[in-house]
Amino acid sequence: MDKWEDNRAWWLVVPVFLIVAISAIIPLMTVVNYSVQDIFGPGQRVFVGTEWFKEVLTDRRLHEALGNQFLFSGLVLLIEIPLGVAIALAMPKQGWRASLCLVLLALPLLIPWNVIGTIWIIFTRPDIGLMGVAINGLGLEFDHTAAPLDAWVTVMLMEVWHWTPLVVLLAYAGLRAIPEAYFQAARIDGASAWATFRYIQLPKMRGVLTIAVLLRFMDSFLIYAEPFVLTGGGPGNATTFLSIHLVKMAVGQFDLGPAAAFSLIYFLIVLLFSWLFYQALQNVGTGDKR
Amino acid sequence: MRIQKRTIGLIVYLVLLLLPIYWMLNMSLRSNADILNAFALYPKDPTLTNYVKIFTEESWYSGYVNSLIYVSINTAIALLTALPAAYAFSRYRFLGDKHMFFWLLTNRMAPPAVFLLPFFQLYSTFGLIDTHIAVAISHCLFNVPLAVWILEGFMSGVPREIDETAYIDGYSFPRFFATIFVPLIRTGIGVTAFFCFMFSWVELLLARTLTVTNAKPIAAVMTRTVSATGLDWGLLAAAGILTIVPGALVIWFVRNYMAKGFALGRV
Amino acid sequence: MINLEWMAWTAPTATFFITIGVILSAMTTWQLIAPSPPRRGFLPLTTTPGDRLFIGLLSSAYVHLGWLGFTDFSIWFALGISVIWLIVLMRWG
Repeated sequence: MDKWEDNRAWWLVVPVFLIVAISAIIPLMTVVNYSVQDIFGPGQRVFVGTEWFKEVLTDRRLHEALGNQFLFSGLVLLIEIPLGVAIALAMPKQGWRASLCLVLLALPLLIPWNVIGTIWIIFTRPDIGLMGVAINGLGLEFDHTAAPLDAWVTVMLMEVWHWTPLVVLLAYAGLRAIPEAYFQAARIDGASAWATFRYIQLPKMRGVLTIAVLLRFMDSFLIYAEPFVLTGGGPGNATTFLSIHLVKMAVGQFDLGPAAAFSLIYFLIVLLFSWLFYQALQNVGTGDKR
Repeated sequence: MRIQKRTIGLIVYLVLLLLPIYWMLNMSLRSNADILNAFALYPKDPTLTNYVKIFTEESWYSGYVNSLIYVSINTAIALLTALPAAYAFSRYRFLGDKHMFFWLLTNRMAPPAVFLLPFFQLYSTFGLIDTHIAVAISHCLFNVPLAVWILEGFMSGVPREIDETAYIDGYSFPRFFATIFVPLIRTGIGVTAFFCFMFSWVELLLARTLTVTNAKPIAAVMTRTVSATGLDWGLLAAAGILTIVPGALVIWFVRNYMAKGFALGRV
Repeated sequence: MINLEWMAWTAPTATFFITIGVILSAMTTWQLIAPSPPRRGFLPLTTTPGDRLFIGLLSSAYVHLGWLGFTDFSIWFALGISVIWLIVLMRWG
């Protein structure tokens, strides 16, 4: 399992390094530069030190967006992971039915993110949407463009609809990798379905579930296009997550300095979680690789 | 009996999953007047006018063409650069390999919104705004790391004895790589290409910001239609359905690799 | 790379990046000449000096942010704390 040790392998990595450096390092440096200055226009800028960071860190709207974001990402995990595992357990093990399930499940994952938003606008509009009409038909007031709670629920529903299939796919891959002998042994011992799940399937899925949790957390942390199309961050700031808030600042108001400071804070949060993700992945790798 | 219940649950879930997509398909087959006039569970008077309009009006179909162009360029760049790098990561230990691998991951995880401002400035400076190449390169930010990670996952599944034997047989590295190794992992390359294609295809924020008219992707065309007053639901739905087509066409071939691709090759 | 005006360089940020660059190159040279095996210090992880440097820099960034967010003292104190923390981490982490 030991790899060959050879620093010349660096040459193979150089192209990737260059292209990612252009798209990541230089822009990040620029963000750092912007974050310490007040920029009025081309060539007109003043050094302001850490003022923007101070302003952004004590900004109520940032706290709101951050709170929204963590609540959202947390709920995403709480709903999608158990649901995904349950669906994966219910899926047929092989044959054309399994293939059909996989294909149908994968469909939402391949839809452009802004189209996901569009689908849900059309689906939930109180006048033309199936869901909107159905809910209003039940006598409940539901309008995701006006009521903050409804908007939240709709975005959440959309997210669950969009990404639970990913958790299913991962959990299913984990389940398929368990040798049949384990189940035979469990059957001979007369283990209940719950015991089989708790002591065989769940431990064996630890690796894929770690990946699922981290991927879902990270990706929901960057969510932009779907809620942007569906609610535009509104009503008010109810569904304004970090990316939406940032784009509003950067493009909408063109506050380069504060937007850059905010970007850096956002990036640092992501960096921390990526690192935790990476550590977890490596432990998964050493624990039970294949 | 218990199996039955499970299957019913699964079917209910799949139906719920398909319902929103079906609803968009339903809308796309009706004229806007029909949609606003009457609520119908299926198109009573199906019409293809929305699709015809998209295929004949330049502002619509050029959106698809633009998207396809930059997505293809991006996929090509990502694959070509990622192949040697992934080989290095899967076969060698070298100084800073783990840090490099981690750094690539952070770019996959980084919010595109963070890079929005500097990208706009960078590409303006070089006069690349509103070109396909600008979007293609900006999407490398997350697609190159993605390609490296997925390919590394596939390559690590190939036993190293193959490399050793080839080198003993006197193959040079480039010749071994091109004639033996690449054919061996062609499934992996196909899957990686598919995922690069998808992630570039579904991205909206960067593509929208870096383009004005000439390279405007279909996603941006659609969002601008949404913000316009008096929008045409049928047309919007038809455009949405058409964006699903490329994914739906290849989904059957990659169905067994979906988990691996989305898990960055770690499953 | 002729026109760097769009990047809006300032002396403090340039110093910052040069310092980071120097630290990274020094690390690389050190590890090239005398590679250190991973070891376990007070951190709950097995780390190489490179890992410790990364952990140190990332936590320093958070120290600075926390300092700015919760206190009104000069940012230089945060820098001082970070440098000490970095040295402690590199030596015993």
